[in-house]
Amino acid sequence: MSKLIAEERTIVVPGEKLATGMEYLPGNGAFREGDDIYSCQLGLVNVSGRFVKVIPLTGKYNPREGDIIIGKISDVSFGMWFVNIGCAYLACLNVREVPEFIDKGADLSNYYDFNEVIIAQVIKVVRSKDINLTLKGQGLRKINGGKIIEVTPSKVPRIIGKQGSMISMIKEHTKCNIVVGQNGNIWIKGDNVENEVKATEVILKIENESHTHGLTDTIKKALEEGIENGL
Amino acid sequence: MAYSKRKDGRKFDELRKISAQVGIIKRADGSAMFQIGDTIAIAAVYGPRELHPRFLQNPEKAVLRCNYDMASFSVTERKKPGPSRRSVEISLVTEKALASVLDLELFPNTVIDVFIQIIQANAGTRCAGISAAAMALAHAGIPMRDMVAAVSVGKVGDKIVIDLDKHEEDFEEGATDIPIALTARNKEVTLLQLDGEVTKDELMQAIKLARKGCEEIHSVQVQALKEVYKEDKDG
Repeated sequence: MSKLIAEERTIVVPGEKLATGMEYLPGNGAFREGDDIYSCQLGLVNVSGRFVKVIPLTGKYNPREGDIIIGKISDVSFGMWFVNIGCAYLACLNVREVPEFIDKGADLSNYYDFNEVIIAQVIKVVRSKDINLTLKGQGLRKINGGKIIEVTPSKVPRIIGKQGSMISMIKEHTKCNIVVGQNGNIWIKGDNVENEVKATEVILKIENESHTHGLTDTIKKALEEGIENGL
Repeated sequence: MAYSKRKDGRKFDELRKISAQVGIIKRADGSAMFQIGDTIAIAAVYGPRELHPRFLQNPEKAVLRCNYDMASFSVTERKKPGPSRRSVEISLVTEKALASVLDLELFPNTVIDVFIQIIQANAGTRCAGISAAAMALAHAGIPMRDMVAAVSVGKVGDKIVIDLDKHEEDFEEGATDIPIALTARNKEVTLLQLDGEVTKDELMQAIKLARKGCEEIHSVQVQALKEVYKEDKDG
Protein backbone atom coordinates (compact mmCIF):
# COMPACT_ATOMS: atom_id res chain seq x y z
CA MET A 1 0.00 0.00 0.00
CA SER A 2 1.59 3.25 -1.12
CA LYS A 3 1.02 6.26 1.02
CA LEU A 4 2.25 9.83 1.17
CA ILE A 5 3.46 10.70 4.65
CA ALA A 6 4.74 14.27 4.34
CA GLU A 7 2.19 16.75 3.04
CA GLU A 8 2.80 19.08 0.11
CA ARG A 9 4.72 22.26 1.07
CA THR A 10 5.69 21.13 4.57
CA ILE A 11 9.24 21.66 5.77
CA VAL A 12 11.27 18.47 6.08
CA VAL A 13 14.73 17.75 7.46
CA PRO A 14 17.28 15.22 6.13
CA GLY A 15 16.26 11.66 6.93
CA GLU A 16 12.56 12.42 7.28
CA LYS A 17 10.19 9.88 5.72
CA LEU A 18 8.24 11.35 2.80
CA ALA A 19 6.31 8.43 1.37
CA THR A 20 6.05 4.69 1.56
CA GLY A 21 5.47 2.12 -1.15
CA MET A 22 6.69 1.61 -4.70
CA GLU A 23 4.04 3.79 -6.37
CA TYR A 24 5.96 6.92 -5.49
CA LEU A 25 9.35 7.74 -6.98
CA PRO A 26 12.12 9.80 -5.40
CA GLY A 27 12.86 13.08 -7.21
CA ASN A 28 15.56 15.67 -6.47
CA GLY A 29 16.41 15.96 -2.79
CA ALA A 30 14.93 12.57 -1.99
CA PHE A 31 16.11 8.96 -2.06
CA ARG A 32 14.70 5.49 -1.67
CA GLU A 33 15.71 3.03 1.01
CA GLY A 34 13.79 -0.24 0.98
CA ASP A 35 10.13 0.55 0.45
CA ASP A 36 10.30 4.09 1.75
CA ILE A 37 11.28 7.47 0.35
CA TYR A 38 13.26 9.84 2.56
CA SER A 39 14.35 13.45 2.27
CA CYS A 40 18.06 14.21 2.00
CA GLN A 41 17.77 17.98 2.30
CA LEU A 42 16.25 20.71 4.38
CA GLY A 43 13.43 22.01 2.21
CA LEU A 44 9.81 21.98 1.13
CA VAL A 45 8.02 18.85 -0.07
CA ASN A 46 6.75 18.95 -3.63
CA VAL A 47 4.67 16.18 -5.16
CA SER A 48 4.20 16.11 -8.92
CA GLY A 49 2.52 12.99 -10.23
CA ARG A 50 4.40 9.98 -8.88
CA PHE A 51 7.49 11.99 -8.05
CA VAL A 52 8.17 13.21 -4.54
CA LYS A 53 10.90 15.81 -4.37
CA VAL A 54 12.31 18.31 -1.91
CA ILE A 55 12.90 21.93 -2.95
CA PRO A 56 15.95 23.09 -0.97
CA LEU A 57 15.59 26.18 1.21
CA THR A 58 19.31 26.65 1.74
CA GLY A 59 22.55 25.75 0.11
CA LYS A 60 24.84 26.99 -2.58
CA TYR A 61 23.70 28.05 -6.03
CA ASN A 62 22.86 25.10 -8.25
CA PRO A 63 23.61 26.17 -11.86
CA ARG A 64 21.04 25.46 -14.54
CA GLU A 65 21.28 25.95 -18.28
CA GLY A 66 19.91 29.31 -19.38
CA ASP A 67 20.41 31.10 -16.05
CA ILE A 68 21.69 34.68 -16.15
CA ILE A 69 24.34 35.00 -13.45
CA ILE A 70 26.77 37.58 -12.12
CA GLY A 71 30.26 36.28 -11.51
CA LYS A 72 33.78 37.40 -10.83
CA ILE A 73 36.80 36.41 -12.93
CA SER A 74 39.00 34.41 -10.59
CA ASP A 75 41.56 32.95 -13.00
CA VAL A 76 42.81 33.59 -16.52
CA SER A 77 44.43 30.79 -18.46
CA PHE A 78 45.24 30.14 -22.16
CA GLY A 79 41.96 30.13 -24.02
CA MET A 80 39.54 30.51 -21.16
CA TRP A 81 38.61 32.43 -18.06
CA PHE A 82 37.50 30.86 -14.79
CA VAL A 83 34.61 32.59 -13.14
CA ASN A 84 33.47 32.38 -9.54
CA ILE A 85 29.67 32.19 -9.66
CA GLY A 86 29.09 31.16 -6.05
CA CYS A 87 28.69 27.42 -6.51
CA ALA A 88 31.00 24.59 -5.54
CA TYR A 89 32.99 24.71 -8.79
CA LEU A 90 34.43 27.48 -10.96
CA ALA A 91 32.65 28.11 -14.26
CA CYS A 92 34.49 28.28 -17.60
CA LEU A 93 34.22 31.11 -20.10
CA ASN A 94 35.81 30.08 -23.37
CA VAL A 95 37.38 32.67 -25.74
CA ARG A 96 34.88 31.58 -28.39
CA GLU A 97 32.03 32.68 -26.13
CA VAL A 98 32.97 36.36 -25.91
CA PRO A 99 31.76 38.98 -28.39
CA GLU A 100 35.23 40.47 -29.03
CA PHE A 101 37.60 39.12 -31.67
CA ILE A 102 40.66 37.80 -29.87
CA ASP A 103 43.91 37.05 -31.69
CA LYS A 104 45.52 33.69 -31.22
CA GLY A 105 48.04 33.86 -28.38
CA ALA A 106 46.80 37.21 -27.09
CA ASP A 107 46.94 37.92 -23.38
CA LEU A 108 43.38 37.26 -22.23
CA SER A 109 43.68 39.47 -19.19
CA ASN A 110 43.64 42.47 -21.52
CA TYR A 111 40.00 41.71 -22.24
CA TYR A 112 38.65 40.42 -18.94
CA ASP A 113 41.01 40.71 -16.01
CA PHE A 114 41.10 39.26 -12.50
CA ASN A 115 38.37 40.49 -10.17
CA GLU A 116 36.37 42.01 -12.99
CA VAL A 117 32.67 41.25 -12.75
CA ILE A 118 30.59 39.99 -15.65
CA ILE A 119 26.95 39.32 -16.37
CA ALA A 120 26.93 35.99 -18.21
CA GLN A 121 24.63 33.16 -19.15
CA VAL A 122 25.04 29.49 -18.29
CA ILE A 123 25.01 27.51 -21.53
CA LYS A 124 25.99 24.04 -20.42
CA VAL A 125 26.14 22.17 -17.14
CA VAL A 126 27.54 18.66 -16.92
CA ARG A 127 26.60 17.03 -13.60
CA SER A 128 26.89 20.44 -11.90
CA LYS A 129 30.69 20.27 -12.21
CA ASP A 130 31.51 21.43 -15.75
CA ILE A 131 29.82 24.79 -16.08
CA ASN A 132 30.17 26.74 -19.31
CA LEU A 133 29.27 30.39 -19.66
CA THR A 134 28.73 32.73 -22.57
CA LEU A 135 28.93 36.49 -22.99
CA LYS A 136 27.20 36.43 -26.36
CA GLY A 137 23.67 37.64 -25.86
CA GLN A 138 21.58 40.61 -25.01
CA GLY A 139 22.63 42.39 -21.84
CA LEU A 140 25.62 40.11 -21.24
CA ARG A 141 28.75 42.13 -20.58
CA LYS A 142 31.42 43.32 -18.22
CA ILE A 143 30.18 45.51 -15.36
CA ASN A 144 31.61 48.94 -14.65
CA GLY A 145 30.80 50.91 -11.51
CA GLY A 146 27.88 50.39 -9.17
CA LYS A 147 27.86 47.84 -6.38
CA ILE A 148 27.27 44.12 -5.91
CA ILE A 149 25.24 42.67 -3.07
CA GLU A 150 24.79 39.01 -2.22
CA VAL A 151 21.54 37.30 -1.25
CA THR A 152 20.58 33.65 -0.74
CA PRO A 153 19.96 32.10 -4.20
CA SER A 154 16.64 30.61 -3.01
CA LYS A 155 15.29 34.13 -2.33
CA VAL A 156 15.94 35.37 -5.90
CA PRO A 157 12.42 34.59 -7.26
CA ARG A 158 10.96 36.66 -4.41
CA ILE A 159 13.17 39.65 -5.27
CA ILE A 160 12.17 39.50 -8.92
CA GLY A 161 8.47 39.05 -8.13
CA LYS A 162 5.70 37.85 -10.43
CA GLN A 163 6.68 38.78 -13.99
CA GLY A 164 9.35 41.05 -12.54
CA SER A 165 6.82 43.19 -10.63
CA MET A 166 8.93 43.62 -7.52
CA ILE A 167 12.19 44.47 -9.24
CA SER A 168 10.62 46.89 -11.71
CA MET A 169 8.96 48.70 -8.83
CA ILE A 170 12.32 49.14 -7.10
CA LYS A 171 13.93 50.26 -10.35
CA GLU A 172 11.19 52.81 -10.88
CA HIS A 173 11.36 54.29 -7.39
CA THR A 174 15.12 54.41 -6.97
CA LYS A 175 15.94 55.14 -10.62
CA CYS A 176 18.71 52.57 -10.33
CA ASN A 177 19.87 50.12 -12.93
CA ILE A 178 19.52 46.70 -11.27
CA VAL A 179 20.50 43.26 -12.57
CA VAL A 180 19.56 40.22 -10.49
CA GLY A 181 21.70 37.15 -11.12
CA GLN A 182 20.11 33.75 -10.52
CA ASN A 183 23.11 32.92 -8.31
CA GLY A 184 22.10 35.56 -5.76
CA ASN A 185 24.50 38.31 -6.85
CA ILE A 186 22.74 41.58 -7.54
CA TRP A 187 24.29 44.55 -9.33
CA ILE A 188 22.97 48.02 -8.51
CA LYS A 189 23.99 51.21 -10.25
CA GLY A 190 22.27 54.53 -9.70
CA ASP A 191 22.82 58.21 -10.40
CA ASN A 192 23.91 58.84 -6.85
CA VAL A 193 24.92 56.93 -3.73
CA GLU A 194 21.66 57.68 -1.89
CA ASN A 195 19.59 55.86 -4.48
CA GLU A 196 21.98 52.91 -4.51
CA VAL A 197 21.80 52.67 -0.72
CA LYS A 198 18.01 52.84 -0.86
CA ALA A 199 17.83 50.03 -3.41
CA THR A 200 20.26 47.93 -1.36
CA GLU A 201 18.23 48.36 1.82
CA VAL A 202 14.98 47.46 0.09
CA ILE A 203 16.46 44.30 -1.44
CA LEU A 204 17.91 43.21 1.90
CA LYS A 205 14.50 43.88 3.46
CA ILE A 206 12.91 41.58 0.89
CA GLU A 207 15.47 38.89 1.70
CA ASN A 208 14.75 39.12 5.43
CA GLU A 209 10.98 39.24 5.08
CA SER A 210 10.59 37.02 2.04
CA HIS A 211 8.21 34.68 3.89
CA THR A 212 5.64 37.29 4.95
CA HIS A 213 2.29 38.00 3.33
CA GLY A 214 1.65 41.16 1.30
CA LEU A 215 5.34 41.76 0.75
CA THR A 216 4.83 43.88 -2.35
CA ASP A 217 2.72 46.37 -0.37
CA THR A 218 5.25 46.53 2.48
CA ILE A 219 8.04 47.23 0.01
CA LYS A 220 5.98 49.82 -1.85
CA LYS A 221 5.36 51.62 1.41
CA ALA A 222 9.02 51.40 2.35
CA LEU A 223 10.06 52.83 -1.00
CA GLU A 224 7.71 55.78 -0.69
CA GLU A 225 8.36 56.64 2.93
CA GLY A 226 11.96 55.56 3.26
CA ILE A 227 13.02 52.70 5.47
CA GLU A 228 12.76 53.25 9.19
CA ASN A 229 15.97 52.58 11.14
CA GLY A 230 17.78 52.89 7.86
CA LEU A 231 20.78 55.03 7.15
CA MET B 1 30.11 4.06 48.76
CA ALA B 2 27.51 3.66 46.10
CA TYR B 3 26.47 6.50 43.85
CA SER B 4 22.89 7.02 45.00
CA LYS B 5 21.93 10.53 43.98
CA ARG B 6 23.03 12.91 41.22
CA LYS B 7 24.33 16.27 42.35
CA ASP B 8 21.95 18.30 40.17
CA GLY B 9 18.92 16.22 41.17
CA ARG B 10 18.45 14.52 37.79
CA LYS B 11 17.25 10.96 37.41
CA PHE B 12 19.90 8.52 36.19
CA ASP B 13 18.30 8.40 32.74
CA GLU B 14 17.58 12.09 32.45
CA LEU B 15 19.39 14.51 30.14
CA ARG B 16 20.37 18.03 31.10
CA LYS B 17 18.33 20.87 29.62
CA ILE B 18 18.80 21.01 25.84
CA SER B 19 18.39 23.95 23.53
CA ALA B 20 19.39 24.50 19.90
CA GLN B 21 19.41 27.31 17.40
CA VAL B 22 20.15 27.33 13.68
CA GLY B 23 21.56 30.13 11.53
CA ILE B 24 23.56 31.97 14.17
CA ILE B 25 26.53 32.85 11.93
CA LYS B 26 25.43 34.98 9.01
CA ARG B 27 28.48 34.70 6.76
CA ALA B 28 28.71 30.90 7.02
CA ASP B 29 26.88 28.63 4.56
CA GLY B 30 25.34 26.85 7.52
CA SER B 31 25.59 27.27 11.27
CA ALA B 32 24.08 26.05 14.51
CA MET B 33 24.35 26.24 18.27
CA PHE B 34 23.71 23.32 20.57
CA GLN B 35 23.50 23.60 24.32
CA ILE B 36 23.19 20.78 26.82
CA GLY B 37 23.31 21.90 30.43
CA ASP B 38 26.28 24.22 30.75
CA THR B 39 28.00 22.88 27.64
CA ILE B 40 27.61 25.10 24.58
CA ALA B 41 28.93 24.23 21.12
CA ILE B 42 28.69 26.34 18.00
CA ALA B 43 29.32 24.94 14.53
CA ALA B 44 29.86 26.65 11.18
CA VAL B 45 29.91 24.94 7.79
CA TYR B 46 31.58 26.36 4.68
CA GLY B 47 31.34 24.66 1.33
CA PRO B 48 31.34 22.62 -0.75
CA ARG B 49 34.16 24.75 -2.15
CA GLU B 50 37.42 24.38 -4.05
CA LEU B 51 40.14 22.55 -2.16
CA HIS B 52 43.68 23.89 -2.25
CA PRO B 53 46.40 22.62 -2.40
CA ARG B 54 45.12 20.46 -5.21
CA PHE B 55 46.93 17.26 -4.22
CA LEU B 56 44.54 17.02 -1.27
CA GLN B 57 41.55 16.81 -3.62
CA ASN B 58 39.76 13.52 -4.00
CA PRO B 59 38.33 13.00 -7.51
CA GLU B 60 35.81 10.49 -6.16
CA LYS B 61 34.17 12.53 -3.43
CA ALA B 62 34.29 15.68 -1.36
CA VAL B 63 36.72 15.90 1.52
CA LEU B 64 35.12 16.52 4.90
CA ARG B 65 37.35 18.58 7.14
CA CYS B 66 36.34 19.04 10.77
CA ASN B 67 38.00 21.34 13.21
CA TYR B 68 37.12 21.07 16.90
CA ASP B 69 38.46 23.62 19.31
CA MET B 70 37.75 24.85 22.80
CA ALA B 71 37.75 28.55 23.53
CA SER B 72 40.36 29.50 26.11
CA PHE B 73 37.63 30.85 28.42
CA SER B 74 35.40 27.78 28.09
CA VAL B 75 36.86 25.96 31.10
CA THR B 76 37.62 27.00 34.67
CA GLU B 77 41.40 26.87 34.24
CA ARG B 78 42.41 28.84 31.12
CA LYS B 79 42.94 26.53 28.16
CA LYS B 80 45.98 27.28 26.05
CA PRO B 81 44.64 28.33 22.66
CA GLY B 82 45.38 26.37 19.53
CA PRO B 83 45.29 22.72 18.55
CA SER B 84 46.31 20.04 20.99
CA ARG B 85 46.59 16.27 20.98
CA ARG B 86 43.07 16.12 22.37
CA SER B 87 41.45 18.49 19.88
CA VAL B 88 43.10 16.78 16.90
CA GLU B 89 41.69 13.45 18.07
CA ILE B 90 38.20 14.87 18.57
CA SER B 91 38.29 16.57 15.16
CA LEU B 92 39.07 13.21 13.60
CA VAL B 93 36.34 11.23 15.38
CA THR B 94 33.82 13.99 14.60
CA GLU B 95 34.73 13.71 10.94
CA LYS B 96 34.16 9.95 11.00
CA ALA B 97 30.91 10.34 12.92
CA LEU B 98 29.46 12.71 10.31
CA ALA B 99 30.97 11.46 7.02
CA SER B 100 28.84 8.31 6.88
CA VAL B 101 25.55 10.22 6.58
CA LEU B 102 26.73 12.76 3.99
CA ASP B 103 26.42 12.29 0.23
CA LEU B 104 30.03 13.28 -0.41
CA GLU B 105 30.12 11.64 -3.85
CA LEU B 106 28.03 14.50 -5.27
CA PHE B 107 30.85 17.03 -4.99
CA PRO B 108 34.16 15.48 -6.11
CA ASN B 109 37.34 17.57 -5.78
CA THR B 110 35.81 19.89 -3.21
CA VAL B 111 36.04 20.36 0.52
CA ILE B 112 33.36 20.83 3.16
CA ASP B 113 34.74 22.64 6.18
CA VAL B 114 33.14 22.21 9.57
CA PHE B 115 34.36 24.39 12.42
CA ILE B 116 33.23 23.52 15.94
CA GLN B 117 33.91 25.88 18.80
CA ILE B 118 33.15 25.00 22.40
CA ILE B 119 32.42 28.29 24.10
CA GLN B 120 31.43 26.82 27.45
CA ALA B 121 32.36 23.39 28.68
CA ASN B 122 30.92 21.13 31.34
CA ALA B 123 31.65 17.63 29.98
CA GLY B 124 30.17 16.05 26.88
CA THR B 125 31.71 18.63 24.54
CA ARG B 126 32.45 16.28 21.64
CA CYS B 127 28.85 15.06 21.70
CA ALA B 128 27.50 18.61 21.76
CA GLY B 129 29.89 19.43 18.91
CA ILE B 130 28.63 16.55 16.76
CA SER B 131 24.98 17.43 17.43
CA ALA B 132 25.66 21.06 16.48
CA ALA B 133 27.66 20.12 13.37
CA ALA B 134 24.88 17.83 12.10
CA MET B 135 22.41 20.72 12.27
CA ALA B 136 24.86 23.12 10.62
CA LEU B 137 25.42 20.66 7.74
CA ALA B 138 21.69 20.35 7.16
CA HIS B 139 21.39 24.14 7.29
CA ALA B 140 24.17 24.43 4.69
CA GLY B 141 22.02 22.38 2.31
CA ILE B 142 24.46 19.52 1.97
CA PRO B 143 22.61 16.31 0.99
CA MET B 144 22.48 13.97 3.98
CA ARG B 145 20.91 10.54 4.29
CA ASP B 146 20.19 11.05 7.96
CA MET B 147 20.76 13.26 10.97
CA VAL B 148 23.26 12.45 13.70
CA ALA B 149 22.73 13.00 17.42
CA ALA B 150 25.32 12.32 20.08
CA VAL B 151 25.22 11.91 23.83
CA SER B 152 27.59 10.65 26.47
CA VAL B 153 26.62 7.79 28.72
CA GLY B 154 28.70 6.13 31.38
CA LYS B 155 29.11 4.46 34.68
CA VAL B 156 29.48 6.56 37.78
CA GLY B 157 30.25 4.47 40.88
CA ASP B 158 27.94 1.52 40.35
CA LYS B 159 25.24 3.27 38.33
CA ILE B 160 24.74 3.54 34.58
CA VAL B 161 23.90 7.17 33.84
CA ILE B 162 23.28 9.36 30.82
CA ASP B 163 24.82 12.76 30.03
CA LEU B 164 27.56 12.99 32.65
CA ASP B 165 28.60 16.42 33.88
CA LYS B 166 32.08 17.37 35.05
CA HIS B 167 31.41 16.38 38.66
CA GLU B 168 30.39 12.90 37.62
CA GLU B 169 33.30 12.48 35.23
CA ASP B 170 35.63 13.24 38.14
CA PHE B 171 33.80 10.99 40.63
CA GLU B 172 36.47 9.85 43.05
CA GLU B 173 35.53 6.14 43.04
CA GLY B 174 35.95 5.98 39.30
CA ALA B 175 33.74 6.90 36.38
CA THR B 176 33.53 5.55 32.86
CA ASP B 177 32.69 7.95 30.07
CA ILE B 178 31.22 6.58 26.81
CA PRO B 179 30.41 9.17 24.13
CA ILE B 180 28.02 7.69 21.54
CA ALA B 181 26.73 9.16 18.28
CA LEU B 182 23.75 7.53 16.58
CA THR B 183 21.98 8.14 13.29
CA ALA B 184 18.38 9.18 13.76
CA ARG B 185 16.56 6.67 11.55
CA ASN B 186 18.41 3.40 11.77
CA LYS B 187 20.11 4.01 15.11
CA GLU B 188 23.47 3.09 13.65
CA VAL B 189 26.48 3.84 15.80
CA THR B 190 28.84 6.34 14.15
CA LEU B 191 30.92 7.14 17.22
CA LEU B 192 31.70 5.08 20.26
CA GLN B 193 34.60 5.83 22.54
CA LEU B 194 35.22 4.38 25.95
CA ASP B 195 37.38 5.66 28.76
CA GLY B 196 37.34 3.49 31.88
CA GLU B 197 36.04 0.08 32.82
CA VAL B 198 32.66 -1.55 32.11
CA THR B 199 31.34 -5.07 31.77
CA LYS B 200 29.63 -6.20 28.58
CA ASP B 201 26.19 -6.08 30.20
CA GLU B 202 26.78 -2.58 31.48
CA LEU B 203 27.90 -1.40 28.06
CA MET B 204 24.78 -2.81 26.41
CA GLN B 205 22.68 -1.12 29.07
CA ALA B 206 24.50 2.17 28.43
CA ILE B 207 23.93 1.94 24.67
CA LYS B 208 20.23 1.37 25.28
CA LEU B 209 20.17 4.51 27.41
CA ALA B 210 22.02 6.45 24.69
CA ARG B 211 19.40 5.44 22.09
CA LYS B 212 16.71 7.01 24.22
CA GLY B 213 18.76 10.16 24.81
CA CYS B 214 19.63 10.55 21.12
CA GLU B 215 15.96 10.39 20.19
CA GLU B 216 15.29 13.28 22.52
CA ILE B 217 18.22 15.27 21.09
CA HIS B 218 17.10 14.53 17.53
CA SER B 219 13.65 15.97 18.14
CA VAL B 220 15.26 19.17 19.44
CA GLN B 221 17.49 19.32 16.34
CA VAL B 222 14.52 18.88 13.99
CA GLN B 223 12.55 21.55 15.80
CA ALA B 224 15.44 24.03 15.61
CA LEU B 225 15.90 23.41 11.87
CA LYS B 226 12.22 23.85 11.10
CA GLU B 227 11.99 26.95 13.26
CA VAL B 228 14.18 28.99 10.88
CA TYR B 229 11.81 28.58 7.94
CA LYS B 230 8.57 28.25 9.88
CA GLU B 231 6.88 31.25 8.28
CA ASP B 232 7.90 30.19 4.78
CA LYS B 233 5.07 27.71 4.77
CA ASP B 234 2.38 30.29 4.20
CA GLY B 235 4.60 32.68 2.26
